[in-house]
Amino acid sequence: MSQLFDGYAPRPSTYDEMFDGGTARSGYLGVRRQMERLAPEEMSARSDYLSSTYLDQGVTFDIGGEERPFPLDIVPRLIEGDTWSTVESGVRQRVRALEAFLADIYGEGQVFNDRVIPRGVVTSSPHFLRVAKGIQPPGQVRVHVAGIDLIRDAAGTFRVLEDNVRIPSGVSYVMTNRRAMSAALPEVFAHHRIRPVSQYPNKLLSALRACAPSGVTDPTVVVLTPGAYNAAYFEHTLLARLMGVRLVEGRDLIAQAGRVMVRTTHGLHPVDVIYRRVDDDFLDPVHFRRDSMLGVPGLLNAARAGNVTIANAVGNGVADDKLVYTYVPDLIRYYLGQEPILPNVDTWRLEDPQHRAEVLDRLDELVVKPVDGAGGKGIVIGPRATRQQLDELRARLLADPRGWIAQPVVQLSTVPTFINGRMAPRHVDLRPFAINDGDKVWVLPGGLTRVALPEGELIVNSSQGGGSKDTWVLAGDNYQSQGHTGGHAEPEPAAEGSVLHPALRARHTARSDGAPDTPSSPGMSQTLGGMTQTLGTTAPSTGGAL
Amino acid sequence: MLSRIAEALFWIGRYIERAECTARILDVYLQLLVEDPVIDEEATCRSILAAMGMAAEEDADIASILRLLLHDPQSPTSIAYALESARENARRSREVVSTEVWEALNTTYNAILAGELERMRPADAFRLTRERTNMVSALADHTQSHDDGWQFIVLGRHLERIDMTARMILAATYATGSAGSWSVTLRACGAAHAFTRTYRASESERAAAEFLLMDRLFPRSVAHSLAVAGGCLEVLDPRQRRLGFGGDAGRIIGQAQARLDLMSLSDLFSDIPAQMEQLQLMCASATEAVAKRYFEGAVAPEWLGGAL
Repeated sequence: MSQLFDGYAPRPSTYDEMFDGGTARSGYLGVRRQMERLAPEEMSARSDYLSSTYLDQGVTFDIGGEERPFPLDIVPRLIEGDTWSTVESGVRQRVRALEAFLADIYGEGQVFNDRVIPRGVVTSSPHFLRVAKGIQPPGQVRVHVAGIDLIRDAAGTFRVLEDNVRIPSGVSYVMTNRRAMSAALPEVFAHHRIRPVSQYPNKLLSALRACAPSGVTDPTVVVLTPGAYNAAYFEHTLLARLMGVRLVEGRDLIAQAGRVMVRTTHGLHPVDVIYRRVDDDFLDPVHFRRDSMLGVPGLLNAARAGNVTIANAVGNGVADDKLVYTYVPDLIRYYLGQEPILPNVDTWRLEDPQHRAEVLDRLDELVVKPVDGAGGKGIVIGPRATRQQLDELRARLLADPRGWIAQPVVQLSTVPTFINGRMAPRHVDLRPFAINDGDKVWVLPGGLTRVALPEGELIVNSSQGGGSKDTWVLAGDNYQSQGHTGGHAEPEPAAEGSVLHPALRARHTARSDGAPDTPSSPGMSQTLGGMTQTLGTTAPSTGGAL
Repeated sequence: MLSRIAEALFWIGRYIERAECTARILDVYLQLLVEDPVIDEEATCRSILAAMGMAAEEDADIASILRLLLHDPQSPTSIAYALESARENARRSREVVSTEVWEALNTTYNAILAGELERMRPADAFRLTRERTNMVSALADHTQSHDDGWQFIVLGRHLERIDMTARMILAATYATGSAGSWSVTLRACGAAHAFTRTYRASESERAAAEFLLMDRLFPRSVAHSLAVAGGCLEVLDPRQRRLGFGGDAGRIIGQAQARLDLMSLSDLFSDIPAQMEQLQLMCASATEAVAKRYFEGAVAPEWLGGAL
């Protein structure tokens, strides 16, 4: 047996997901044992296989027009079933609150009247779009897909780092990682019961279809991409391919008389639902950037007329604003009447004079972030900054306090990562993905674990040299694998209690006694001739138990 | 089918065929240069370049031929360029081409990026090219639905094949009537074996030309390719059978078929170069007509895809 993990030293005051001191946590024992059966050379060979298979398949992301394979580390990140239930409910709760918030601020604005969040915080956000006011999205859904970024603090508590309800990306790597890992480490796989991730495209397509404009019985769905030079182009092609829908660019679409059509070799065909992966700013040159060639002139008018569904809805970016983020726990209490399941990271608002004074005083020990930054851009980590950088930052904070927040340096948790033939701790975060079909919020088991490959690096973003890990949600004893339900039935955790016979399970989950929408009592979806029917419980849209 | 995707698929068909034919031509002619002690190297190199539409450089030798036609990705007539372009078109239609076609193209492209074509012995580079292009074609035929998209791939493949065959025959006539030149052309077209089985060993210029141009059973002959291309166009637009109109691709192909069918061999032979040039022009105008009819709906100011 090799000593793969010998000499592995977790970083001080950091939660290591695999090791508690010198011993592996119980969930990871199997991974450790199976991996140590492989010789170190064999581990290297398997790791090389992961890189070469991604190169061959073109699993890439683009930086400045250059395609790069997305590094996948060979050590999986495990999340045990009960921990996952908490994360899942927390993400679902968050999405419901943000959904209610967006509907409110683009509608009546009750949240302002009730003084939960100052109107100015919302209206001063560059992503609050007045043009979206009054657009009633079909199915009342604005957040069709959400990616909520989580980290684990020194105590091992999952905390929300930021919300992404514009066009969160990365889910394609969740699916490709799983496929690659099961080929690279079949023996480790075989010793675990891992909840599958392959239902994602199916769930996404049904949610998009469910939110089609009213009266459309067989909606045409397309994926809108900015084109082959976009960083996430691989993801756009994968989603379109797995959903079996067209991948279009702006120039393939044309808006005429309030309808959106796609140009084909057989003429123009109507489009009902657009899963857009183009930013608001570029979506419709009539309303936004006039120099944009990526969008479709007239798209917004078609949406306003209720003839086309844009997913995610225009104007969602205001919910991603990091200053709005600081109010989300209050929004959860306000809209849902619940305590937040997942805490935020403590955050100072620079626009609050008291907060500002404190932050300026402790600049060298905090992380300061621009409120509308993405991809780790503009972040200053106080303890690592030079005197001069801090002085510059101080000036910028004073000039535009609305534009910044500050947080304590959170030591993201670490997971052993195979670097140059040995295991070393590397920081990770987690982006779970949620899909909202207007009725239920479904959370993909696991999500994208991003790992910062440079030693000690805390920014895990892929554009900053990050890689990823396959994220395994371990199926608990009450979970049934896909094999038992067969056919097209969706694997879901079974209701509380023991394993049920498939027929009994169907009857069991098809009950309609108004059971709350908890992770342990799902409805069951069946695909019938392309239409997805949801059997069983429906969740109360707001206010109910989660 | 999206117009933009149809265009990308059409060009995958063309570029793959172009790479394969170029590899065949180079393979055969370079062997010839090595085997035949009396052959004029520079003249032969010039005639190959001329047939490929390249202005001959000052010193046309084997090295410059290999650079221009094999491994220089900047040279628009090179195999490296064709394979890269096929891959780029597949990248832009990745949700439509099958994953197997994509992976075959992508791994080939990765090999080119790594400089394989230049590093390998030329004969190996040609074999690699032939194997990979044939693999891509076969995967397209066997793993893609034979819907409109596949018809565009096949259409592109056969228009390119006609164009390249015409160029090879032209190259044979450039090579100053040496007795072996037609047999070289037959080999370059991958037709030597099929020809011998059809005509026995009674090789003549006339028989070779007839075989390459008119044989209906040999899949790389002009007549066969015209029939396949015409068939694709019929599937893509069934109305065409009743209503033709000027400039239409089906009509251009049909005219070329009729000419080839009705022309006497002696007329054909009286001016082979002119006839071959006409075939190349036919391919260009058929491509233009296809683009006008099917692709232009999507032509946007910033189109960066397949070069015309």
